[in-house]
Amino acid sequence: MSGSELKTRRFNDVQVGEEIPPFGIDITTRLIVSTAIASRDYQNVHHDKPGAQALGSPDIFMNILTTNGLVGRYITDWAGPEALLRSVKIKLGVPNYPGDHMELRGRVTACREEGTDHLADIEVAGKNGLGFHVTGTVTVALPSARTSA
Amino acid sequence: MSDIDAQLQQYLGRPCGPYNSWDEVNQAMIRHWCEAMGDTNPVYTDPALAEKSVHGGIVAPPTMMQAWTMRGATSQWATGSDTREPFEVFEFLESHGYPAVVAVNCEQTYYRYLRPGDRIHHTSRIEAVSPQKTTALGVGYFVTELEEYWDQSGEKIGDMRFRLFKYRAHERAGEPAVAAPAKPPKISRFRPAESYDTKFFWDGVRAGKLLVQRCKACGVLRHPPGPMCPSCQSLEWDTLESSGRGIVYSFVVMHHPPIPPFDYPNTVLLVELEEGTRLVTQLVDAKPGDVEIGTPVEVVFREVEEGYTLPLFRIRKES
Repeated sequence: MSGSELKTRRFNDVQVGEEIPPFGIDITTRLIVSTAIASRDYQNVHHDKPGAQALGSPDIFMNILTTNGLVGRYITDWAGPEALLRSVKIKLGVPNYPGDHMELRGRVTACREEGTDHLADIEVAGKNGLGFHVTGTVTVALPSARTSA
Repeated sequence: MSDIDAQLQQYLGRPCGPYNSWDEVNQAMIRHWCEAMGDTNPVYTDPALAEKSVHGGIVAPPTMMQAWTMRGATSQWATGSDTREPFEVFEFLESHGYPAVVAVNCEQTYYRYLRPGDRIHHTSRIEAVSPQKTTALGVGYFVTELEEYWDQSGEKIGDMRFRLFKYRAHERAGEPAVAAPAKPPKISRFRPAESYDTKFFWDGVRAGKLLVQRCKACGVLRHPPGPMCPSCQSLEWDTLESSGRGIVYSFVVMHHPPIPPFDYPNTVLLVELEEGTRLVTQLVDAKPGDVEIGTPVEVVFREVEEGYTLPLFRIRKES
């Protein structure tokens, strides 16, 4: 196994204003239910359609832990496995219902040092067919210099 | 401050917890999480690669923090947990007629990565309750909860600020007052109010003409339209048909918040016409970066919605 599987963006390689390639994901019942259960969230609005409809929702919808999980994944997929998530701060918008599609986009808004951390702040927005499902900021710590792999 | 606002304050800062975890941090739950999320980061699931990484072994995805202390399918808190509801304030608000709830913000900070074998618990307190607010959803209160996450040695490993809106939905005929995330109606453009003074302008637009109001007494042009000449106070006026050519006198590019029905980024122009008056309009057929102050532009009449035409501007190729 080579070090390439752990290849991670270096702090010096990241620029303010850099756009992160968009990531699209189909919102399926399977995704909503499997992620709700994996996050131990058994509220019926995340797996039970008639139950969700009784509460006035047109269908089941994605839970917040999953939105956090997908936003975190989007950033570490781009930055690499050794990037360290320091914070995920999101504002919640319209729900993710089955049959929809969400596209996550991101842009680096700051590169800064804090203590020994070399941090990048990334503005993230996830839009589905109804509008913005999520907007927010992720802060990630990146390796500071090229290390021997 | 109303009575209810005063009573709400007693819920602030009251510490609740610990809320324990059913299981220590473990590879099986991590794998289920990664599988469901489609997260293939090897530091979470590949022991050999994880060992070579900065972590020196398997770690849990930080965004999984909350999952460790969730109650699960039985709704029972793990053994040894506080039996009080962290959201007692919600029961109070429900009893005062605010049944619906919607999450607004979730802000998580992570102080260290969790490893298999860690034993997590969290504590909770209500950090803030807003005064009564009215939003598009209804009337209610924004409640901010602070959850702090700790490990077996009492080290804080992360925290989460969770902001919710606890509300009474606006009355709608025949609908129960519950949280109903319905599809929003399609939003169309505002239509102008056509008054005695402005009707000529919109009649002109419908006829494909850009008309400017002109004082009959002194000949000074004016826009936007009004009943009296600002230079000689005459009430007599007629109109002049503009060439439709001008320059960008100033402009802004709207990015956020994106307000329907406009496309974003939205370039809003202040155009100075050859005749000398200025009007606010929208740039079409070009990107925001294509314009600068002084760029030559020309009018184009666009039916933006059925039966609704607007004078918009595009970049003019100098001939």
